[in-house]
Formats: sequence, structure tokens, C-alpha cells
Amino acid sequence: MSGLLSQLSPAELMELAIALPVAGAFLVLALGRWPNARDGASLLTGFCLFYVVCQLYPVVAAGGRPDVELLDMVPGLSVHLTLEPLGMIFAGIASFLWIVTTLYAIGYMRGHHEQNQTRFYFFFAIAIGSAMGVAMSGNMLTLFVFYEILSISTYPLVAHHGTEEAKRSARVYLGVLLSTSISLLLFGMVWTYVLAGTLDFVEGGLLTRDHIQGPMVGVLLALYVFGIGKAAVMPFHRWLPAAMVAPTPVSALLHAVAVVKAGVFSVVKVAVYVFGLDMLSFEPSTDLLRYAAGFTVIAASVVAMRQDNLKRRLAYSTVSQLSYVVLGALLATNTAALGSALHIVTHAFGKITLFFCAGAIIVFAHKTEISDLKGLGRKMPVTFFCFFLASMSLIGLPPMGGMWSKWFIALGAAEGEMLVFVAILMISSLLNVAYLMPVVLYGFFARPAVHVDQRDNDDHEDHAAHHAPPDHPLLRHLTFGRDGVTEAPVMCLLPIALTTAGCILLFFYLDAIRLFLLPVFGG
Amino acid sequence: MTAFYVLFLFLPNAAAIEPHLSALQVVIPLLAAPICVVLRDPKLSWLWALIVSWVVFFISLVILGKVLAEGVITYELGGWPPPWGIEYRVDAANAFVLVIVGLIGAITLPYARASVAREIPKARIYLFYLMYLLCLTGLLGITVTGDAFNLFVFLEISSLSSYVMIALGSDRRALTAAFRYLIMGTLGATFYIIGVGMMYMMTGSLNMADLSTLLPAVEETRTVLAAFAFIVVGLGLKMAIFPLHTWLPNAYAYAPSVATVFLASTATKVAIYALLRLVFTVFGGTTLFAVTGVQEVLIILALAAIFAAAFVAVFQNDIKRMLAYSSVSQIGYMVLGIGLATTQGLTGGLVHLFNHAMMKGTAFMAMGAIFYVIGSVQLKDMAGLGRRMPISMAAFLVAGLSLFGTPVTVGFISKWQLAQASLALGWWYIAVGILLASLLAIAYVWRVVEVTYMEPPPEGAPKGEAPVSMLVPMLIMAAATIWFGIDGDTTLSVAQAAAEALMGDQP
Repeated sequence: MSGLLSQLSPAELMELAIALPVAGAFLVLALGRWPNARDGASLLTGFCLFYVVCQLYPVVAAGGRPDVELLDMVPGLSVHLTLEPLGMIFAGIASFLWIVTTLYAIGYMRGHHEQNQTRFYFFFAIAIGSAMGVAMSGNMLTLFVFYEILSISTYPLVAHHGTEEAKRSARVYLGVLLSTSISLLLFGMVWTYVLAGTLDFVEGGLLTRDHIQGPMVGVLLALYVFGIGKAAVMPFHRWLPAAMVAPTPVSALLHAVAVVKAGVFSVVKVAVYVFGLDMLSFEPSTDLLRYAAGFTVIAASVVAMRQDNLKRRLAYSTVSQLSYVVLGALLATNTAALGSALHIVTHAFGKITLFFCAGAIIVFAHKTEISDLKGLGRKMPVTFFCFFLASMSLIGLPPMGGMWSKWFIALGAAEGEMLVFVAILMISSLLNVAYLMPVVLYGFFARPAVHVDQRDNDDHEDHAAHHAPPDHPLLRHLTFGRDGVTEAPVMCLLPIALTTAGCILLFFYLDAIRLFLLPVFGG
Repeated sequence: MTAFYVLFLFLPNAAAIEPHLSALQVVIPLLAAPICVVLRDPKLSWLWALIVSWVVFFISLVILGKVLAEGVITYELGGWPPPWGIEYRVDAANAFVLVIVGLIGAITLPYARASVAREIPKARIYLFYLMYLLCLTGLLGITVTGDAFNLFVFLEISSLSSYVMIALGSDRRALTAAFRYLIMGTLGATFYIIGVGMMYMMTGSLNMADLSTLLPAVEETRTVLAAFAFIVVGLGLKMAIFPLHTWLPNAYAYAPSVATVFLASTATKVAIYALLRLVFTVFGGTTLFAVTGVQEVLIILALAAIFAAAFVAVFQNDIKRMLAYSSVSQIGYMVLGIGLATTQGLTGGLVHLFNHAMMKGTAFMAMGAIFYVIGSVQLKDMAGLGRRMPISMAAFLVAGLSLFGTPVTVGFISKWQLAQASLALGWWYIAVGILLASLLAIAYVWRVVEVTYMEPPPEGAPKGEAPVSMLVPMLIMAAATIWFGIDGDTTLSVAQAAAEALMGDQP
């Protein structure tokens, strides 16, 4: 790909990938008075960022590992960026889905008459910028810096509504994320630094048996796995359901993709580049953490089944799915770790679709509880059908991308002769069916409750005035020929269709990503 | 640094002045102070204090540049050779502290004009600047001197003037706060001079360098042991080490905003430097620090301070008081650095000296600006301040983030260095303590953030920012909080040179 930015070196492109969203954020702030221009700026920034990230792809695919040192923070420890395949994939998904989410957010935020939209887009862009930083970090310190900026910049997004509930949830959110990262992750990092004298990501693992061995490996690994609170391994998962008070685009992109994936991405990075898969599979003390992840997979699924609020159910589903990735990395066979990296991709597309659908239901049918969805599928067939397809991807059924990643993780567990984890994955798939399919079944096959007055279930009182959709061809509710079908507007359906298509395409083309990642996993 | 030095060389008579710099550092503010009484006018006395502060800062920078390039500077006062005469002796450690004091003075003074005019009756303003200059003299004197008795003199100058500064506060409780500080401070100074007297009894010398060679011979005696104890406790009172900190919260809370900014960023820091100098230089040749268990006591007290004070801070509704308790907690970090007694640990403690001056200066400046506009620093009056005073609150936010050690702020650098130093010694529980205490800091900082940013402002609440003369220094400090958090290399290497200078005196 040659073109606009061809004269820039890869290193400069990487700096640009972080600088662009930040610049975009300030552009948004400057244009705050003109909503159309502001949202346009957001979208434009998204496209530019994706273009820049795409420019980096051929470099990494050709085996290049562009590296740039930004500054010396502490003697011997610098903030520096390196791009390798894992980070490339993460940056690619986050930047692509940012465009899609921005499209969706414009429809959602206006349809829902949200306040403080400028602040919303500003911090959204900052969060994406820090996610780029996490993706391209060249050592643990850099990762930590961007990780913390990501936590803090998403606080205003979670507390967006400013209500007591929003503030309380945002407190839980920030409290858990900051406490785990400062008290556990930072401690693990300092420990690693004292042991190895550096925090660089090294192929095959920074730590060797000269540095650390025996049960201490398990302790250090625990500091990392639990310290990276964004990976939501139980018992540090509470922030994720709490974050669901945020507007749905935030839940969709940040709490299904950017933030949580930054967490599991960090875990994979730590497993591959700090410990090295060999050390993880050699030391018996790491077993406990595999069980912690396995427990989270099952327990979160069970909790998800008991949630009636759709977004909370999806949140617990995310907690469970994130632990797939953690588990895959900790199984420490090449196949399983590869599977967990692929799961970052497939789950991103599946879960963002589910959240988009949930948001569409909230804005255009004003339903938040699953038990209220009876018969709604006939009114919003496209939304519910996409929800169904994305659910299949999460469960791991063909022809959806989610099948492959689960396949590789299970295969890796079997290769490592850890059959108990194969069993956990299978049970979890059944649980996925049990908590996702009822939503679809309620929507399509249950009869709507007859006597319930529509307005009783509304989350706002002055419905007519408050929820009148903006009069714009892209934002108007879609009505089809048949009576009673009122779909979400184009601005919401288009993103949903795009990500659903992504789920299907991943089934056919995931191998390209697998081959791209192979160099990391000893292929 | 070199640029300043080169600039200095081009000044007329530079060569003639240069050898006397370390004396001028103290003499200039001392001689300048009484002139405030002659000037009387609030504006003129402010301008005079401003000029003096900047000259002092400039000199401190030149001294630091010289020390880093050429090594220790000594100066014989009045031409009397040590150990008979008073010797000023500047190595990397005190040059570093001189720059902190000079820098804070130079930044605080532009800020002071509007704030002091608002908080202190017009007729007494010249007194404030007089006391400020005397306090500056005292603090610089403590730092620069190489004589144990001379240190006491400057300690008293700085203490007496700070009592007056605190008592000038607009709240009547400032008087009791100042009185309490007077009692505690006098106790501290007395303890210190008793200790010095005992050392003199045993060695016949007051010169620090001389003492450090004479003391090892008599270290077994009970007198020297008692001297050591008196000095550590006396200076512990001045630096508000837990549980000798009780004077500090009220003094900081009720003093005029400018006095709080200046004292919080300098006074306790200088006392810590004095303790370092006494323990590692004067008693450096002896084994008292290790044998008497002072090291363990310091570590335990430091951890107690870090936790207890941060815990109390969480429940304060007066935000200046909250920040004062936070200071007690942060002083704990510095004491911890001393307690580790390795070069790495001392580097962490010393760099936190600088870093804490930056962040707490920023935070108190923001509080001063808020008091200027809304006339209160109570949490309940601060709802919606994020919108009402965006610049001041942004500065406070930066300081707050730094207090709990967010990366890209100075707090992270200190925490990293201290945690690393304690792990390098294998004392992992101290590292755990350092990091866990940050969680308490999150709690007290975030209470303020939530009220100011997430609550709507009350109807008819005063809006608008403090004057530019207050905002600019505040923003400079906030920028420094971030800058030295990104470029921690610079401060850490200076702090390391300082730590080596202190530890290097040990055999």
C-alpha cells in the first residue's frame, strides 16, 4: 500500500497512531458547539487512524518490528513503542471498530438525547489513543502507562449520566481498576525489574530460570494476571458489570473491545514475552491460575444466566469470554496461546454486535430487561437476527468466526493433556447457549404480554417529547411494508450489519490472521 | 544549567562574586528582609520579595551547576578556617535542596500578590513579606551550613518567622494553630540544641565534617548516644514525622494560602535534609544508626505515617486539612527512603522531596485560588467546581493523580524508585505497603474529584477563575508535576548524586 503517508517511516506512523486520536479529541472539543461538525471530526479521525494502522500492516507482515524510543522515564527504563503481530492485530481491530462504533454512537447518542456529548466524544478518542499505546507498547512500563491512562480516561464515560447510580458504579469501576493495577501489577513489574534489570518484551520470555523459579513463578504470575484488572479474572471482575451504566456505545467498544481486550492482550503479552510459554508450562505453580481462569469461565456464565438486564447479562458473558483468552494464554501450548490471540479478534466482533443490538433495543424500543423482550423480534427482525448470528459466534458454532478460536484453545488444552480444561470449555459452550439463546427465543417466539401498558416500562416519563427521533433520513426509525415492523434507524443498523458480516467473514478468513500471528507462537 | 552558569559569567564582576555564592545565598535574603519594613507599601514589599526570591533561585541554580561539575564547595565565613570558624559546605545533596527551596520561592511569589492581598489586612502585608524573607533565609541557611550550631540558629529563624506567617491567617483558629506549632517547634529546636551541646561536650567541635571524624572515637559513650537520640527526636518534630506531626494539619489548614504553599513545599523538606545530614554525615562514621535500632523505628514510623495519615485524610471535609494530612503521609515516604539507608532508597526519598514539593505546591495553590474565588475550601462548597473553575481544578486533578502515583506524573517516579529500592533489599512487605497506601490516596483524592466534576454546581454559585497572576504559577507547577513525571531521569540522577554525596561520607 503506497500512498498518502508513504514517505513516513513505520516509527513515525506508530507515533502518529497515538497522536491522531488525541489530536482528534481536541478537534472534537474545539468543534463542540456544532454537533454535526463535531461528530464528523470524530468519524474522520477514526478513518484516518484506521488508514494509518493499515499502513503499518505490510511492515509487520514482512517480519519487521518497527521500534521507536519516545523518552527516558527512569534511568534504564524508557517509554518505547514496538509493533509486533499481536499488537498489530489489537490495534487493527480497535481502530476499525472505532469507526463502526462512531457511526453507531452518532445514531445512539442523538436518538437517546444524551447530555454532554462533546465530553463523551473527547474522552472516547483519548481512550482509543491509549488503547493504541497499549497495543504498540515495547515494554511493560509503556504498557502500564497507557493502561492507566485508559482507566482514567474512561471514568467520565462510565459516570456519563451523573446520577447517583452512575457515580457509584464509576467509583467501583475506577476503584477496582486502579487498585489492582497499582497494588498488584505495579508490584509485579517492580519485582520483575529487580530480577531482570529491564522490562522489555523479549521473544521467548524475558524471565529465565536464572531469575526466578519454583513457586515464586506462580506468585509473580498471579500478580500479573490479577493485577491486570481489565482482564476481569474473578474476583476482580465487578467493575465490568458496573461499567454497564455507561451509554451503550461505551459498553460496546470499550467494555467489549478496547478496554477489556487491552486487559487480556496484556495478559497474553506477559505470558508470551515476559514469562515465555516454556516457563509457564514447566512450572507447576502456574496451575492455580489456570484454575482461576477456568473457574471464571464457568462461574461468570452461570451468573450471566441469572441476569435479567440485557446489558448486565452481556457483561457477565464478557467476563466469561475474557477468561477464555487468559486461560488460552496460560495453557502455554503454542496452539492454545494462538487460539487465545484469535479469540481476542472473534469475540470482539461477536460481542460488539450483541451490544449494538442491545443498544438499539434500548433506544428504539425502550427495553432493558430480557423478560420484556417478548415478541419484540417481530418488530425489530434485523436487530434480532443479527443478535442471533453474533450469539452463534460466541457459542462457537459454524459458520461463525467464534468457532475457530474456541477450537484452537480446546485443541491446545488437549495437546497439553489438560483434559479438564477441554471439559470446562465444552460446558461453557452449553452455558453460552443457555444464556444467549433465550433472548432470541423470547424475541421471536414468545407472545408479548397483553395488558402491559407500553409506557410503564419506559425508562423515561416524558416519552413522546423525549424520545422523538431526530428528523433526519439516517436517524429516522425504519418502517417496512408490513404493519408493526419498526426497526432502528440506518445509523444503527449499518454498524450492526457490518460487525455481523465480520463475524461470518472471520469464519472463512481467520486463517490469514492465524498465519500472520504464527511467528509469535513458534510457527 | 550550564546556560545559566555561562550567563552568570558574563555579568560584571562575576568572577569576584562567584567564590562568595554560598554565603550570598543566605546573606541576600537576610539583608533584604528588614528593607520590607522601610518599604511598608504592600505592592513595593511584594515586588522586593519577588526580586530577592528570583535572585536566590538563580544563585541556587548556579551553585547546583557548579557542584555537579566541580564537586564540593566550601566557604569560610569571615575568613576563619574550620573547625573554629563557621563553614558553609555545599555538596550535591544540599545544592539539590537549595534549588527546591529557591524554585518554590520563585514560583510562589508571583502567585502571592493577589492571594495575600485577599487574605491579609493591608496594613500587615509588609509583615508577611518580611517574615517570608526571613523564613527563606532560615531554610536556605539550614541547607547551606556545615556547622551544627549554625544550623540551630537558622532553624530558629525559619521557625519563628513561620509561626508569624501562620498566625497571619484570616481564620481565628490560625492563632491556636500557630501557638501549638510554637510549642512543638520550640521543643524540637531545644532537643536539637541539647544534642549539639552534648556532642560539643564530647568532642569540642561544632563543625559537621570535623564532628564526623571525631565522633567514632567516642561513640560508645552514653552522652553521644543521648545526643543522637535528642537530635533525631528534635528534627523529627520539625519534619512532622508520625506521631510528632500533630502541629502540622492545623498549621497548614489555617495559615494564609501562600504560607501553606511555601511551607508545605519547603519547611518539612529542609528538616528532612537536616536529619539526613546529621545522621549520614555527622554520625556517618559511627554505627549508631544501625545499632540503636533507629533504622527499624524510622521504617515502622514511616509506614505508620503513610497509612494512618492517609486514612485520616479520607475523612477530612476541609480540603486544605486533607492535603495537610496527605503531607504527613507523604513525609512518611521520604522517611522510608531514609530508613532503607541504601543509595537507592535515599535516592527515592530525596527525589520524593522534590516531587512532593511540586505536587503539593500545585494542590495548595489550587486551594488558594479556590479560596480566593469562593472564600472556602470546604468540600460541601466545591460542588461543580470542575465547571466553575476549570483551570484551577485541572491543576488540582494533576496534583491529585500524582499523589496516588499515576504514571506520567512525578508521584509515579517516586513510588517506582522506593518500591524498587525496598525490593532490591528483599523487603517486599515495604514495597507492598508503599503500593497499598496509594489506594488510600485514591480514596481521598477521588472524593474531591467526584464532588467537583460530577456534581452540578448549586444555583447562583460564584463562578470564574482566580487572577492570571495566580493561575500562571499554578500551571507552571502542574506542568512541572507532569514534566518531571515523564522525564524522571533528570531528577532521579540529581537525587542519586545527592544520595551518593550523603552515603559517600560513610566509611
